[in-house]
Amino acid sequence: MAAPMLRGRCLGRCWALACIDSGSRHGRGAATGFTSSGKRGQSFVAQQPLLTAQKSRKGEHKWAAVVGLEIHAQIASNSKLFSGSQVHFAAPPNSLVSFFDASLPGTLPVLNRRCVEAAVMTGLALNCHINKKSLFDRKHYFYADLPAGYQITQQRLPIAVNGSLAYSVCVGKKWRQVITKTVRIKQIQLEQDSGKSLHDELRSQTLIDLNRAGVGLLEVVLEPDMSCGEEAATAVRELQLILQALGTSQANMAEGQLRVDANISVHHPGEPLGVRTEVKNLNSARFLARAIDYEIQRQINELENGCEILNETRSFDYKLGCTVPMRDKEGKQDYRFMPEPNLPPLLLYDTASLPAGADPQQVINIDRIREQLPELPSETREKLIQQYGILPEHSFALLNEVGLLEFFQNVIKETRAEPKKVTSWVLNIFLGFLKQRNLAVNESPVTPSVLAELLNLLDRKVISSAAAKQVMDMKRGNPRAINKLIGLVRKVTHNRADPTVIKEILEKQLSS
Amino acid sequence: MLGRTLQEVSAALKQGQITPVELCQKCLSLIKKTKFLNAYITISEEVALKQAEESEKRYKKGHSLGALDGIPVAVKDNFSTSGIETTCASNMLKGYVPPYNATVVQRLLDQGAVLMGKTNLDEFAMGALGSDTGGSTRNPAAHCGIVGFKPSYGLVSRHGLIPLVNSMDVPGILTRCVDDAATVLGVLAGHDPKDSTTIQDPGKPFMLSSLTDVSKLCIGIPKEYLVPELSSEVRSFWSKAANLFESEGAKVIEVSLPHTSYSIVCYHVLCTSEVASNMARFDGLEYGHRCDIDVSTEAMYAATRREGFNDVVRGRILAGNFFLLKENYANYFIKAQKVRRLIANDFVNVFNSGVDVLLTPTTLSEAVPYLEFIKEDNRTRSAQDDIFTQAVNMAGLPAVSVPVALSNQGLPVGLQFIGRAFCDQQLLTVAKWFEKQVQFPVIQLQELMDDCSSVFEIEKLASVSLKQ
Repeated sequence: MAAPMLRGRCLGRCWALACIDSGSRHGRGAATGFTSSGKRGQSFVAQQPLLTAQKSRKGEHKWAAVVGLEIHAQIASNSKLFSGSQVHFAAPPNSLVSFFDASLPGTLPVLNRRCVEAAVMTGLALNCHINKKSLFDRKHYFYADLPAGYQITQQRLPIAVNGSLAYSVCVGKKWRQVITKTVRIKQIQLEQDSGKSLHDELRSQTLIDLNRAGVGLLEVVLEPDMSCGEEAATAVRELQLILQALGTSQANMAEGQLRVDANISVHHPGEPLGVRTEVKNLNSARFLARAIDYEIQRQINELENGCEILNETRSFDYKLGCTVPMRDKEGKQDYRFMPEPNLPPLLLYDTASLPAGADPQQVINIDRIREQLPELPSETREKLIQQYGILPEHSFALLNEVGLLEFFQNVIKETRAEPKKVTSWVLNIFLGFLKQRNLAVNESPVTPSVLAELLNLLDRKVISSAAAKQVMDMKRGNPRAINKLIGLVRKVTHNRADPTVIKEILEKQLSS
Repeated sequence: MLGRTLQEVSAALKQGQITPVELCQKCLSLIKKTKFLNAYITISEEVALKQAEESEKRYKKGHSLGALDGIPVAVKDNFSTSGIETTCASNMLKGYVPPYNATVVQRLLDQGAVLMGKTNLDEFAMGALGSDTGGSTRNPAAHCGIVGFKPSYGLVSRHGLIPLVNSMDVPGILTRCVDDAATVLGVLAGHDPKDSTTIQDPGKPFMLSSLTDVSKLCIGIPKEYLVPELSSEVRSFWSKAANLFESEGAKVIEVSLPHTSYSIVCYHVLCTSEVASNMARFDGLEYGHRCDIDVSTEAMYAATRREGFNDVVRGRILAGNFFLLKENYANYFIKAQKVRRLIANDFVNVFNSGVDVLLTPTTLSEAVPYLEFIKEDNRTRSAQDDIFTQAVNMAGLPAVSVPVALSNQGLPVGLQFIGRAFCDQQLLTVAKWFEKQVQFPVIQLQELMDDCSSVFEIEKLASVSLKQ
């Protein structure tokens, strides 16, 4: 039974420019789960706000929801945060575990430079203040996937604070108006990932895989500036794109490289904030908004029925489509934070404060990192709009699929056709073509050159668009389509070309 | 040969008066004879003989590695030794065989030292003998009439040292004379990339100069260390030592370390807090002791830790967790850190006022007989025995205990010198001068062995008669 798609309080009808895919793809590398539907008007967000109907039935007071997020992104580095063991997804269990990761007595943490750089880059990209001095702490709790009995994190003084993340929603009729929203970033901290537990109910045992134990994480804390699942999902999507553009995290949710915990509460506007619950481990892009909206509605229902909201931790049951309390997390945990005595304070420099004669291997210069930041998604979109005159929502769509932007740019290079035409073909027909066959851009049998050529032909009105679509079909080896094409060529050449020759040429061309 | 200093033995090896294998065998024989002392938890006989053989090959070719080549060494059982059981004298690590060497162990082995075995300690180094952390290099040295040296914090790598208090632990060196301590320090000191709290300098071997003129030296005598519990004998040795320096031209002045009386309590808060944290990893899952209970993970943790740790360890863990609770953290942990800063500053102020080295007792008295010893509980004993030594760990300073004389009972007494941070060489130079002046008697091993044998014989007879 699917959970009803309900919204707390959103800006009228908003079409978040990152729609959630109705069919997630696995093993495609980065960015699964978030793809554009390609066809406007078909977005899942064109839902009727059922909430309104309920509201007017139950009472006059409106509800406002407040959503904050804690996002854990695995750092894309060769080795772990404090040890030299490798970082790989899906390696044989316990094959990437150093003595330190296994918490063998006497082992000590050694900070990974690449992880610090990744944190600084991410902080700069998110407009944070980078703390030139930050500290490491131990957070204690007992769990089988935490060998040392504590996690090394940055509780007192994290590496970056006070940033912001901008994301965009389209509103109004025909979704043409783009509104930029901002969510404040409280902080970014470096911390260790834990191992993985696999519960074997049959044998009443838990199997522990420590491959992930000690992998570097960036925890990005988003202030409760969001008001519904859509906004949260969009913000997460934008963060994902930024991390991927920076190269600091592959941020693939299906592979566990990006995990989201949401802090949710509801209140009446004008009144103090309500009790919040934490919904943990939202690891699916697809269900992120749904889970948050469910929780918002659940809280509203509880409060309207005169019940209280417990300050508790919940998880989202994907099958049932609802949040449930987490048994383990009853009662408040005291993590007994303590400074990590084996790691001196982390000191970063800028060009002005860099000590003379400093060993470049031993110091990190924030200014240098800032200079080398790659282009961020928002810049890329702006450039597309300026350069090609395409619509804002199309610029979002182009960035929403791995490899699509590059494909688009390659087609543009080789074709005379107008960018608007190219955009339309790429986003509608080409993308639709891929979706039908469940292919990623890099698996497409239709190369940018082929599409460019097709568009040129179209442009010169040599072939019709129907024919062009059929050519794409052809690429999959549809013999009837070849015959059709032969027919078309003959027509164009006023029946002067020899069909056999045409066939040969076409086959040669199409098979290249 | 076994009673000689490192340098003497090294010379003998070089000259071929004795071979590494012979030396190793003599050592092993003595260890076996003195087994009743329970000094060794593990004797690594095979490993030692193999290392001795390799050393011998090197000497024959004339390619000895240095002063430590072929020298028998023993390592306290809280240093990780690859392939050799490492227990910290705890049930929790019974049977634990590490897969790696502590950095200091590796550096000794790289110089050709021969590892005789792992020596005993109080469980996780938490006993009344103190710890590396509070004085357990210097205290036993004082009681046994040898040199016990604690380097500056950060000078010697802690990688592989199973920690008690990470912010205070330092590998300590026990030798027959100060020169030997300097030799070993030269091998051990210097940056270790595996330990982020070590200094950047790479470190290198050095020779101690022989001071002839102490007139430029200023010795400080901290008045707060003159406590009522100090035995009159030790007090008199301390006094004589001060006079000795003065008569040879040094400046000897009284100084004050005003926060001394707070250091025991401060030490206990910080020590137990770090201990609680460091012991969290002993859960029976990855290595070490695991109980038989498999009802639930929590039950397994509880039983494993109850079985694996003794009362002292458990007591410290509970205390430490108490101090780290959210509601207590500011009042205990943070306050203790602030007091620690004050204690460290006391030393800084004294050294800034022109003092080169401080002179203090190492222990309150000579070694206390066992039956006396066990009358007090662990915490009281620690407090008493560590009184002169642990403030030094809180400040991270170098300190060395040098044997001064035998007591009326014929037991050794030592005195402690404390130096400025990273001025270890200067400290040892002063200690060496003092050692030369006092001429502490060299232990007569043969006599001792004869005495021991008779004790051993009596014990054997006793057990035989009991059986009958």
